[in-house]
Amino acid sequence: MKKNIFYLSILLFFIFIFSIFYIGLDKPNFYKPTEVRNKNLEEFTSTGLFSNKQFNSKDIIENNNFTLINIWASWCIPCRSEHSMLMSLSKKTDLNIIGLNYKDKKNNAVKFLDELGDPFSQNLIDPDGIISISLGAYGVPESILLNNKSRVIRKYIGPLTSDNISEIIKIIQ
Amino acid sequence: MISSHIGYYSLILGFVISVSLLFYSIFCLKKKNQNINQNIFSLLFMQFFTVVISFISLVYSFVISDFSNATVYNNSHSTKPLFYKITGTWGNHEGSLLLWLLVLTLFILLFIIFSKKQPTKYRILSIFFQQIIILGFFLFLLLTSNPFNFLFPVPNEGLGLNPILQDPALAIHPPILYLGYVGSSIIFSASLASLIQNNINKEWATHIKKWIQISWFFLTIGILLGSIWAYYELGWGGFWFWDPVENVSLMPWLCLTALFHTVIVLEKRNLLRSWTLILSIATFTFSMIGTFLVRSGILNSVHTFANDPERGVFILIFLFSLIFLSIILFFIYQVNENNTEKNFFLISKETSILINNWFMMYFLSVVLIGTTYPIFLEVITNEKISIGPPFFNKLIIPFLIIFLIFMALGPNLKWIKDNYKNIKYSKIILFFVCILISFYIVRKTSSEILFSSILGGAALYLLFINIREFLSKKNNTSQTISHLGFGLFVLSILLNSLFSDEFSANMKIGQELIYKKEQIKFLKIKSLDKENYKSVIANFEIKDEKKNITFLYPEIRIYNQPNILTSEADIKTTVFLDKFIVINLLKGEEIFNVRYQTKPFMIWIWISVCLISIGGILGIFKKTNI
Repeated sequence: MKKNIFYLSILLFFIFIFSIFYIGLDKPNFYKPTEVRNKNLEEFTSTGLFSNKQFNSKDIIENNNFTLINIWASWCIPCRSEHSMLMSLSKKTDLNIIGLNYKDKKNNAVKFLDELGDPFSQNLIDPDGIISISLGAYGVPESILLNNKSRVIRKYIGPLTSDNISEIIKIIQ
Repeated sequence: MISSHIGYYSLILGFVISVSLLFYSIFCLKKKNQNINQNIFSLLFMQFFTVVISFISLVYSFVISDFSNATVYNNSHSTKPLFYKITGTWGNHEGSLLLWLLVLTLFILLFIIFSKKQPTKYRILSIFFQQIIILGFFLFLLLTSNPFNFLFPVPNEGLGLNPILQDPALAIHPPILYLGYVGSSIIFSASLASLIQNNINKEWATHIKKWIQISWFFLTIGILLGSIWAYYELGWGGFWFWDPVENVSLMPWLCLTALFHTVIVLEKRNLLRSWTLILSIATFTFSMIGTFLVRSGILNSVHTFANDPERGVFILIFLFSLIFLSIILFFIYQVNENNTEKNFFLISKETSILINNWFMMYFLSVVLIGTTYPIFLEVITNEKISIGPPFFNKLIIPFLIIFLIFMALGPNLKWIKDNYKNIKYSKIILFFVCILISFYIVRKTSSEILFSSILGGAALYLLFINIREFLSKKNNTSQTISHLGFGLFVLSILLNSLFSDEFSANMKIGQELIYKKEQIKFLKIKSLDKENYKSVIANFEIKDEKKNITFLYPEIRIYNQPNILTSEADIKTTVFLDKFIVINLLKGEEIFNVRYQTKPFMIWIWISVCLISIGGILGIFKKTNI
């Protein structure tokens, strides 16, 4: 009797795995983050790039009318070409731009900012990419525009274009 | 055109032979004939021959660029060099399956030729089980992935082979890996056959051990080649990324490595019989799971050829039929463990091999869970996660320390029962000396000094013990070389990851930068037109503190068919250091993004894996006296 239960449970175990794989075949296998527009951004805490201080997203976002979170990395080539856009945006407006450094080495990130300029009012790090995933990011670069209640107003996937920049300027004015 | 016809009908003929072999072997089992029927042998040979014909006709279609064949059209181009036309045959789903089938039929033929001393019924049963697998692959090819589909009207030009696959290491990587995978299918069939015949004993172990060693050797070399390819071609500067496909090849390897050790216990002590059997079955099952995960598109990876759910369903059903078949057979013909010799003593060689197995099973489950957990989570909760290198590193590396220590001590123990008093104090002292040496080497690195020095110490310890063993007269060469290789392997990976350095910047031609103690100068670029791509070659001069100058020539290739841009890293390898440089185009053609890396002991990683596999293959050529 005991043996039969043992056999049965092993068979059931494999049937379970079979059905999981079978259902899994039908699921689309590409990574598709949830749509975050018109939703509130999840609160997160992160460490600073230059200091080891902890930052809470709410504190940074609530003190400004609008906030742009830019997810970037020094190894990401489109981020380099995008960087001049962010620099001009930070010069033209007083928009609160937060840089979230994605899966990067600290030395390279600092060098990147030294070389190309630092448009960010706060530099945060996301060394293992977990924050970016929870923000619903597809990859780098990506920018999320928020109001002071953490509501997502616009989300830009890929490098910002000059059209995007003028749209952002329009919204914040 | 003609060659496709020949290939297709030859494949159908092979399928018919497979069906007849299946029935004929059942028929032969009922007869009480002492010798194996000559007809079976001829049929096996004919089956192999039909697959060879079929394979050659596909290669021929590729060579003459016959675009009436859909496989050729999708994966080749008339301007490709001849070498890559030939290797393009297995650089795609259909062709690679045909290669699988070729190796499957070749191996069963070889198995029958080299197993003459074994009982007839056992050999026939092995043919029977192997034919079930072969039949499954025939059906899979003919029903879902026929390599000889026609295209009408005939296109003028093909779509081309993915440029990153146009690399010598990758050209031979799949065939070698398949030899390993398919070798495990022979182990699977043979162990089911011996389960039914109830002859899992010392003689069987000696006989199947050769096949285990051969498959293990090819699997190791196959994984190594894939890894070398990733290092040179992908330009990420790493050699192992815990990509699902890499994991999938690692799972059968871990299983096979465990089996490799267990079968020795079976051979020497006639113990662990069901465990050997389970491992034999599991190894092939993991090879098949690998095929399923990679080919069905359930996981996303560079190796996914095409996402065809029909194929996925086929492999899944085939895979689970094999699993259920083996489970049922396993329950019906239960193996009775030998009670008289069942005693395991704590300090003995068999215990240490058992410990090796526990570790292998632990590593296997980490890799298995890390690879398949996202699928389970998504199906059950609709949540998507991605499991990356940190998961594997954190779960595997700490256990490696204990594993290394056992690996150093275990092989010197005696069979049956050893005394702990035989452990010499010199060995304990040596261990602490190793940790001190390792601490001295890693002390300047940034983090986790204690951990790195213990891991490095354990690897050094294994290395030293095996070197000493190697120098002493009564050694077991194959085991010593493999274990020495493993110590070297862990050590080189550790040093490589601790002392690697990376630098990245945007540079113009003529610009000079100083990074740490090295001076990097971008000298010039040169454009060339090659047979199937346009290339831009940059020239860098790197001057180190001792004024040694190295020239590096990274390249950007713009392939015409298909239109893809690839960066070819240039790597200068020396005994202790690899200099690795890769460039990327930025906007405009003047500024390049330059990534320069120094990677110490890179070549030692490859050498150590070669040592490990050489050790494994040496075992075949010598009479065992472990």
